[in-house]
Amino acid sequence: MNAVQPTPSQTVGPFFGYALPYDQGPDLVAEGHPGAITVAGRVLDGAGEPVPDAMLELWLGETGTRRALDRTGEGVSGFGRCPTGADGSYRFRTARPAGPYLAMLVFARGLLRSVATRVYLQDGPDPLLDTLDPARRATLVAEPVGEGTYRFDVRLQGEGETVFLEF
Amino acid sequence: MTHPPYLSPAYRSSVLRAPSRPPVVLRADPDAVELTGPVFGHDEVGELDADLTRHHAGEPIGERIIVTGRILDAAGRPVPHTLIEVWQANAAGRYAHQRDQHPAPLDPNFTGAGRCVTDEQGRYRFVSIKPGAYPWRNHHNAWRPAHIHFSVFGTAFTQRLVTQMYFPGDPLFPFDPIMQSIPDPAARERLVAHFDLDVTEPEWALGYRFDVVLGRTPTEEP
Ligand SMILES: [Fe+2]
Repeated sequence: MNAVQPTPSQTVGPFFGYALPYDQGPDLVAEGHPGAITVAGRVLDGAGEPVPDAMLELWLGETGTRRALDRTGEGVSGFGRCPTGADGSYRFRTARPAGPYLAMLVFARGLLRSVATRVYLQDGPDPLLDTLDPARRATLVAEPVGEGTYRFDVRLQGEGETVFLEF
Repeated sequence: MTHPPYLSPAYRSSVLRAPSRPPVVLRADPDAVELTGPVFGHDEVGELDADLTRHHAGEPIGERIIVTGRILDAAGRPVPHTLIEVWQANAAGRYAHQRDQHPAPLDPNFTGAGRCVTDEQGRYRFVSIKPGAYPWRNHHNAWRPAHIHFSVFGTAFTQRLVTQMYFPGDPLFPFDPIMQSIPDPAARERLVAHFDLDVTEPEWALGYRFDVVLGRTPTEEP
């Protein structure tokens, strides 16, 4: 029997905005980084309304050489954090991940526990995608909307609800 | 059941934000990116970041406290060198956040945001002031019990945890839909810090102990 029990989650609440976001948090690479891409979109609730008090985190799989918090150093950071704006929008500048997807966590007022999802930059054979019906599968595939720019909306609930993951 | 269900109607904001479908359970893929997590350098965090009473020229108003503990994995092993971020209201129950409209005074000497990286034994330590309870509009006469928000990373993205630490003996516990969203009373109790006279410093500050236990990663044995 384990001597320890896990600590329960609680919501990030509405008032994290002065504490958790940090300078260049959404920029996993510096401006002008060769091959940089933009992943942007909106977080929407079950009524289709924007969620203005959410925070997203992105993880590429390697810590990298550009540091996560103070953003000094060259190259790529594996971690980014972006709060949503009044219109529910967010925007990351990142390098392409080694694999087909980026890992994403979403926190918000009203979410008692964060939700985990993946941003696939292209559709293709994949152990997760292949288990999903086409409509559900489509919620995990970012839409290319221009040179190096991908659109990925997170729908927390209802029609087109994003596929969330548990590990 | 450790965590609250996403849908907890007494917490009104959850009603339109809780996913309606159960998450897809992923267990098999040892190459999953989520089994790793970011490493934060000790030198990325300032020495004073963990002392929330020293972020301004003067001292904040309120009851000075020390909050310390360990970050553990699901097997009870310490998690060293992991980032912890905290944020909280001031002693009057007001956040230094633009959208906090509670008509209680801001404290020019208190912002209420701090961070640190755990040591070799998974230990952390913050100095702060005890936050006040504050009202919110969830229901008539709704008040949040005093709490400190915690954000913890661990070694895998799957362990990422945001939670809230409460103070022992708070009469607001039974009336708080956020704390009560956790179905198991024993699990709720794990969010309540312990007063500790050994952490308390004479003539200086009250001491509280709060350990955080992260979830099992898919590669650990159940
Ligand atoms: Fe709070």
